[in-house]
Amino acid sequence: MAKYLIVGASAAGIAAVEAIRKVDPVGTITVITEEACAHYSRPMISDLVSGKADLQKMKCKAEGFWKENNAEARLDKKVVSLNLSDKTVTLEDGEKVNYEKLLLATGGKPFVPKMEGQEKEGVFTFTNISDAQRLAAKIDALNAKSAVVIGAGLIGISVTEALIKRGIKVTVVELQEKILSLLLDAKASDIVEAVIRKAGVNFATGQSVQKIIGKPENDGAVGGVILTKGNQVPCDLVIVAIGVIPRTELVAGTAVKLNRGIIVDNFMQTSAPDVYASGDVAEAYDFILNQNRLLPLWPLAVLEGRIAGCNMAGAKTSYEGGTNMSSLKYFGIPIVSIGLANPKDDPTIEVIVKQDIENNVYKKLVLKNNMIVGITLVNCIDRAGILFNLMKSQVNVKRFKQNLLRDDFGWAFLPVTLQRKMSVVQ
Amino acid sequence: MHKRRGTSRVDAHLRTLTWKNEGLKMKKIIAKQEACMGCGLCEVYCTTQHSKSKDIIKAYNSEYPKPIARIRREVNKPVSFAIQCRHCEDAPCVTACLSGAMTKDSKTGEVTHNKDKCMGCWTCVMVCPYGALIMDKEGKVAAKCDLCQGLAEPACVANCPNQALVFKEVKP
Repeated sequence: MAKYLIVGASAAGIAAVEAIRKVDPVGTITVITEEACAHYSRPMISDLVSGKADLQKMKCKAEGFWKENNAEARLDKKVVSLNLSDKTVTLEDGEKVNYEKLLLATGGKPFVPKMEGQEKEGVFTFTNISDAQRLAAKIDALNAKSAVVIGAGLIGISVTEALIKRGIKVTVVELQEKILSLLLDAKASDIVEAVIRKAGVNFATGQSVQKIIGKPENDGAVGGVILTKGNQVPCDLVIVAIGVIPRTELVAGTAVKLNRGIIVDNFMQTSAPDVYASGDVAEAYDFILNQNRLLPLWPLAVLEGRIAGCNMAGAKTSYEGGTNMSSLKYFGIPIVSIGLANPKDDPTIEVIVKQDIENNVYKKLVLKNNMIVGITLVNCIDRAGILFNLMKSQVNVKRFKQNLLRDDFGWAFLPVTLQRKMSVVQ
Repeated sequence: MHKRRGTSRVDAHLRTLTWKNEGLKMKKIIAKQEACMGCGLCEVYCTTQHSKSKDIIKAYNSEYPKPIARIRREVNKPVSFAIQCRHCEDAPCVTACLSGAMTKDSKTGEVTHNKDKCMGCWTCVMVCPYGALIMDKEGKVAAKCDLCQGLAEPACVANCPNQALVFKEVKP
């Protein structure tokens, strides 16, 4: 019997443990994860493949985390079913665990479309540490020379960089015409694509993989792919990085309401009493779109997990929301993208752009009724957080918007009232 | 009208930032805008303090990786002041950090950055409302004010020629 039961020990689950302990120092906490390794940084798995990080570096909490928080961690245990009326979950080995409050922080799983040949040796997904470990081991075992990455989003670009660092030739296949299309507009995407091409990456945009073929000497091992336009790309490895879908299996067929992810209110509570959900599995509030939706991002999972933990422990706390926000470090061209990158035509929308193409610098703000609703910064992201804060706090920027994209932009260009509020100056 | 709305939202934001206010008092560096001449010596002394040699000439001319200032002089004439980490009570950089490099010391209140854990993803740069996270482009990790641990007074405060930086106890 656990007073608080958490399924999943990544960003949301871990943040919930800490939040519960802030409110309730004694109630029993049990965290169950199917992974053998808990509280590691998932975004760092590409550094594991490139050799830049090891397991020790990837741990985002100290060794004593469970003890300090007086929580029981049950690693390598898979929860297979949920019974809402008994308030129990059942593990794979048949064991039942009761709860008073349950948090589903089960995360997402990679989306893999049906492709002929996808069962071949050498096809990988890339979302957790075991994916990364298996990929790294395969690269060594095969002495792999070339790879095809399917998907030019955040994960696809991160794994591409890791492979390039390992000396592997990479072709990225992307169904959209532009890379990073969920984060960037066409112009920014072109700048970034050119930089990545210079690093030796090939792109095949506007198409997908129709078939994975075997090696001539071993049909069971990946030897190449055939693209939808018919051309063939030889490779030793295929990495599928199209996106993640919420792991909602546990609540299927229960009273917990589902859309694409688990539907939660602003307290991270699901439609079932005493059941909460956070992180990639949940559809939480987006303050720019003013609606709930899937936003599978680490920092938001932490915030959501924290809100769930507070509410589970009885401290009513409301989630202020997040939005699509990513910071990318890959290929030496830092990028920040927050909120709307490609706004729809709307008379209340204003777009301000500043660019320095020679230096691959591109900055764009999307304003709606003089409030920031979109930030894109390419190769010049210093002090991006000041803009993000203006966005989040819905500050009207009408009087100083001409300053926002200055190279030396900072707090000195903001009104004194704001400076004082934030104790920037005395 | 607009301004009122803007600032009231900032209030709301600040309130949420202090969700775990434990009444911890700590000394913070605050700028006195009217006293700042914009000379930039705070940046120079900060750079030197964070160099290996602690020698101003070597720090600027020969050290690799190049030491960098964690304080930044902002100038919008005639206004100038210096800004660095505010060690927020509920620091956005700590919650957003993808690697666990950024932590809040529950005893001292200091927001600390462990560069060995940092993966240089710049998520902290994206969320810091003060723009106080500096990108160490050579080291490919973030850098920030550490209040010059070990010194009686941070180097920027001690060396400001016009006492435009004060180190004093403030409520979070």
